[in-house]
Amino acid sequence: MRPMNGFRDKRVIAALLEKIAERRRGLTSPVRIMEVCGTHTMTIHRHGLKGLLEAAGVEMVSGPGCPVCITPNEIHEAALGLVTGRENTVLATFGDMTRVPTRRGSLQAAVPARGSEVKVVYSPEESIALARKSPGKDVVFFGVGFETTIPSIAFMAKSAAAERLANYSILSALWLIPPPLKAILESGEVRISGFLYPGHVSAIIGTAPYEFIARDHGFPGAVAGFEPGDILLGILSVLDQIREGKPRVANEYTRVVRQDGNPVARALMAEMLEPMDACWRGLGVIPASGLKLKPALAAFDAESKYGLRIEPRSADLPGCRCGDVLRGLIAPPECPLFSRTCKPDSPYGPCMVSFEGACLVYHKYGAPRP
Amino acid sequence: MSRISLELGSGGKSMRDFIAGKILPAFGNRELAGLLDASHLPGGIAFTTDSYVVDPIFFPGGDIGKLAVNGTVNDLVVSGAAPRFLSLGLILEEGLEEADLDRILRSIRTAAAAAGVRIVTGDTKVVRQGQGDKIYINTSGIGKVVAVPRPRSVRPGDRIILTGTLGEHSLAILTARGDFGIEAPVRSDCAPLIFLLPFWKSGVLWMRDITRGGLATILTELAEQAPHPLIIEEESIPLSRAVRAAADLLGIDPLYLACEGRAVAVVPEKKAAAVLAGIRKHPLGRRAAIIGRVDGTTGRPGELLLRTASGGLRLLEPLTSELLPRIC
Repeated sequence: MRPMNGFRDKRVIAALLEKIAERRRGLTSPVRIMEVCGTHTMTIHRHGLKGLLEAAGVEMVSGPGCPVCITPNEIHEAALGLVTGRENTVLATFGDMTRVPTRRGSLQAAVPARGSEVKVVYSPEESIALARKSPGKDVVFFGVGFETTIPSIAFMAKSAAAERLANYSILSALWLIPPPLKAILESGEVRISGFLYPGHVSAIIGTAPYEFIARDHGFPGAVAGFEPGDILLGILSVLDQIREGKPRVANEYTRVVRQDGNPVARALMAEMLEPMDACWRGLGVIPASGLKLKPALAAFDAESKYGLRIEPRSADLPGCRCGDVLRGLIAPPECPLFSRTCKPDSPYGPCMVSFEGACLVYHKYGAPRP
Repeated sequence: MSRISLELGSGGKSMRDFIAGKILPAFGNRELAGLLDASHLPGGIAFTTDSYVVDPIFFPGGDIGKLAVNGTVNDLVVSGAAPRFLSLGLILEEGLEEADLDRILRSIRTAAAAAGVRIVTGDTKVVRQGQGDKIYINTSGIGKVVAVPRPRSVRPGDRIILTGTLGEHSLAILTARGDFGIEAPVRSDCAPLIFLLPFWKSGVLWMRDITRGGLATILTELAEQAPHPLIIEEESIPLSRAVRAAADLLGIDPLYLACEGRAVAVVPEKKAAAVLAGIRKHPLGRRAAIIGRVDGTTGRPGELLLRTASGGLRLLEPLTSELLPRIC
């Protein structure tokens, strides 16, 4: 399997790692960088960078960037309640969402009401197509995502409203990336030296929303892409910022991320959605950290359409430490359930379910024990 | 009440646990306990069986008939046996087009001739519409033992040889189903591996065909039996352009994709170059490569390690959850 481009070239990687080690040697305090995005966690482990970075003196900490993981159980349970309690209801959602364990079981194991079913879709468009072709069913799209996915979910709401598609609604779990970073910094419980900001989210929001982290909190950071070389460039930039004592928001993913992001996508989000105080697994309620459909779209908002009562209380299964993993408090192997009670084929928490979940990534792409 | 889930058929860890916990205790005996692709019986005979439920029944590069012959033939070859006789069990759904059945039977005849096996017994059943999906096939195979695989005899320095590129079968099925809206210029690698038989005499210690679970899952099974850890090099693993592109696009790991005409073998270091050269002479082995070795210095016994293209080292786990149901 030869690399497709220079961002995976072994010589380029080795040279970048050497530079990282050299910069690191000039610093006295420990370097711990939080990779906010689950896809970064996956890349770092899949390419074996975790061990190489540790050898260079840089510790990587996983952050809250897995939408399936941070969606608290009460929303998953509301989805379960819909498909088991209402007849002729199609609950369409992404595959990972169907395997999240709750006190009421998972969507995958649920027994739907008569004529109802859980349908795995690969894109929001598929869910609206289902509603168009099955007028006799109520299609509920259980849509989850960060700023990367939110514009396409917003577009579904817009299309449904324009078509007056009465049998379509969205049960939304839409999350914004900057607010939890603020919450993590303000809690002060996690020792970090800087951030690796997500590439795809930043392609939408640009770099300005992270400025407060450098300006008000004094933490360096860099937006990075998803190839090994991208990630190492981001880390190198963070080290440079630490050394120079000049924290900022560097953009090391300029081939995709513009400083002002994608204004068209953001305009669509602003047109259909409004901010809400959202409850995150592990982090609790964070002001203005989520989005919901505007009141004018209530007919397409599953929560109001079906009178769902979703109380923010983060009903984790007892003993599950996904919340601590998500705020970077512990690494997955520090959870007593990790790879014992909680495994990919019998997950106990969502971080062992999602392809971007830190626990699954640690389990699947584990580093060899020394 | 617990029910059978699709995951039990994935070829991954769930399936192995299920077999070990449910099937083995019911029938436990010496032959079955090895859970090999084929069992060696008294009289130098090897015996195997396999059922085929692939969806769709026709796909680029093959169909369920060709698959049903080659899959069973290959299980015998990698168990150290020359395939001789097959049985053919057909389960047909009411309403199946006769033209489709004719096409499948022709394909079975061609594949059997190519693999040098004769179909000597069979059975046909028809089930009501909706109680099956067009056609399911079971084939059992008998072969003559030419060698006994010795996974416990692998030694540090032994080389791991892969006979060709990974994942074309999975990708062909994906394409044929229209999943993910993917269209790829790819054909299933479905083929008989009888050309590998002579290499048992050239020093091959262990061989497996790469089906469900992919290369990684199959090598973790060897790692569990071998007295030393195994290490493979990402850069040495041959991949077609289509599979590499699709894997990158979909985030699928080719190490876990299924093939139907590829094998992985372990050969002592001194004989590896000659075996590799021999395999490469055959059209089906043109892209064969040494992809790794049994290792004496890195890792611990039982481990399968991957040296990534970036130079990192990580553990490979067996496949746990289903990638694609009904792939064979």
